[in-house]
Amino acid sequence: MFPPVPNPTTRPEPLKFGDQDLIRRSASTVTPPAQRQTEVAKLIDVSKCIGCKACQSACIEWNDTHPEMEINTGVYDNPHDLTPDMFTLMRFTEWENPETNNLEWLIRKDGCMHCEDPGCLKACPAPGAIVQFSNGIVDFIHENCIGCGYCIKGCPFNIPRISQVDHTAYKCTLCSDRIAVGQGPACAKACPTQAIVFGTKDEMKEHAAGRITDLKSRGFANAGLYDPPGVGGTHVMYVLHHADKPEIYADLPNNPKISPIVEAWKGVTKYAGLAVVGFAAAAGFMHYLVTGPNRVSEEDEEAAEKLTGEEPRP
Amino acid sequence: MSTDYDVEKGDSVHPGKPVIVDRYTAGARVNHWITAVSLVLLALSGLALFHPSLFFLTGLFGGGPLTRIIHPWIGVLLFFSFFGLFLRFWKANLWKREDGTWLARLRDVLTGHEERLPDVGKYNAGQKFVFWSMSALIIVLITTGLIIWDQYFSLFTTIEQKRWAVLIHAIAAVCAISVWIIHVYAAIWVRGTIRAMTRGSVTGGWAWRHHRKWLRELVGRAPKGKSGNTPAE
Ligand code: HEM
Ligand code: SF4
Ligand code: SF4
Repeated sequence: MFPPVPNPTTRPEPLKFGDQDLIRRSASTVTPPAQRQTEVAKLIDVSKCIGCKACQSACIEWNDTHPEMEINTGVYDNPHDLTPDMFTLMRFTEWENPETNNLEWLIRKDGCMHCEDPGCLKACPAPGAIVQFSNGIVDFIHENCIGCGYCIKGCPFNIPRISQVDHTAYKCTLCSDRIAVGQGPACAKACPTQAIVFGTKDEMKEHAAGRITDLKSRGFANAGLYDPPGVGGTHVMYVLHHADKPEIYADLPNNPKISPIVEAWKGVTKYAGLAVVGFAAAAGFMHYLVTGPNRVSEEDEEAAEKLTGEEPRP
Repeated sequence: MSTDYDVEKGDSVHPGKPVIVDRYTAGARVNHWITAVSLVLLALSGLALFHPSLFFLTGLFGGGPLTRIIHPWIGVLLFFSFFGLFLRFWKANLWKREDGTWLARLRDVLTGHEERLPDVGKYNAGQKFVFWSMSALIIVLITTGLIIWDQYFSLFTTIEQKRWAVLIHAIAAVCAISVWIIHVYAAIWVRGTIRAMTRGSVTGGWAWRHHRKWLRELVGRAPKGKSGNTPAE
């Protein structure tokens, strides 16, 4: 068992991180702080989750969101998808293990993975609407968000959602406002089985290693950690009993990375595009310098007059 | 009774010194300027989101969110406005034999040696290139633009389709802006052109120099007063 983050003191204390700790800021260049904070991570042990959705409730409670009441369509997922008011969602999969013929009930807590290389931030056109702190947290800053939805296209995990109320993008904050004052994420605090734990990334990896050894000893030969290198690792990680097939957990991407289309859009297109437009303007300017204006001559006017039957000019 | 493909409604010749040739009706001019203004506003609001160094352009539209809201609506206006121009101009922009020759002598075009170029109709190959490439680009821009108009249409396409759409939209926009630069430059370089879209007419000399075939067709078609009975050969 991993010790839960203790309750902090009730005395006001300086924030543990802030704007001085930004390592990335959308559509801006930042000078990264000289010293990087210890990376934090949330570890979700899928094998321990009982699907009680206490984490979902805690998330709603802490973030004061009001997800719409939906209709039961015969599945446990509730609401049916992440929404601007539901930053985390238990996704239930009934999977028949072909090796054992056992029905396995896979329950994965979906939500922002807090990528080390965040596609949302790469895609965002608004300066400072998405930021990444040196402890690894990726946060959306609503007052800078213009609601364009580019982050949705950039994210390899299909996480951000645009609110139809204030037209800005929402997702899990990793409870940055709690972590800044020394508390753990609300979901981790609420989880009755300690399937969600929070600490430094190294601690989480170590804790996961212990869990994986345990799972392997119980016959889950492919148990492993989901910390996908394609996005530089994540600050939300999973322990999976079948880490060789992450896709069975409600389509958790196997080897996610920022889409090459997004890389092309945000990379070569920007530079080549500005170059092409600049070249067109410069070519026109140079042409004008070299040839000068193309003027209609007296003879042209006279030729037209002759054509229309005017008397020749005196 | 004209069957000339490129003589449009309202085109006519007024003899005098200089000869005045009506080139665009008031309707065509208003249509053109609505298109022009919307294209410029689209380019400015689009470029604001295209590159962080241009984000300041959102200031022209009242901030980031307003830029994001307004851009697609201007796009819809542009589409319909350009469609009007298309209906007016498509016929005169059909490709003709002399256009190939004109294009092959692009060197002479650029160095201003009109005397070595074939007589062309109401539009030369360069203008036809601008017309057809803009037509194609605007279709691409409206299609991809609707796909990435998340506020109303986010549910109709997958994220993967939207990724392609935004990439293609950005590339098409770059092309459209470049074609626009060529278009505007040509209008400035070839003196006497801009009045065609402001006052609606050009001088006979301009028509003789740049669109001789069109001028001959007009003169031959409309025997008004003493004009046009004897197309000088
Ligand atoms: C014809 C109808 C058009 C529609 C419906 C449309 C729609 C859109 C939408 C929805 C966006 C995303 C940002 C936003 O939500 O406002 C966008 C971006 C953009 N648009 Fe358009 N647009 C159109 C035409 C144009 C035209 C004519 C140009 C340029 C001449 C243009 C240039 C751009 C650029 C440069 C971007 C930014 C792309 C990027 O971020 O890489 N658009 N457009
Ligand atoms: S919607 Fe997403 S990409 Fe667009 S400004 Fe807001 S955070 Fe950035
Ligand atoms: S999971 Fe998506 S929204 Fe979260 S940090 Fe990664 S790219 Fe951004």
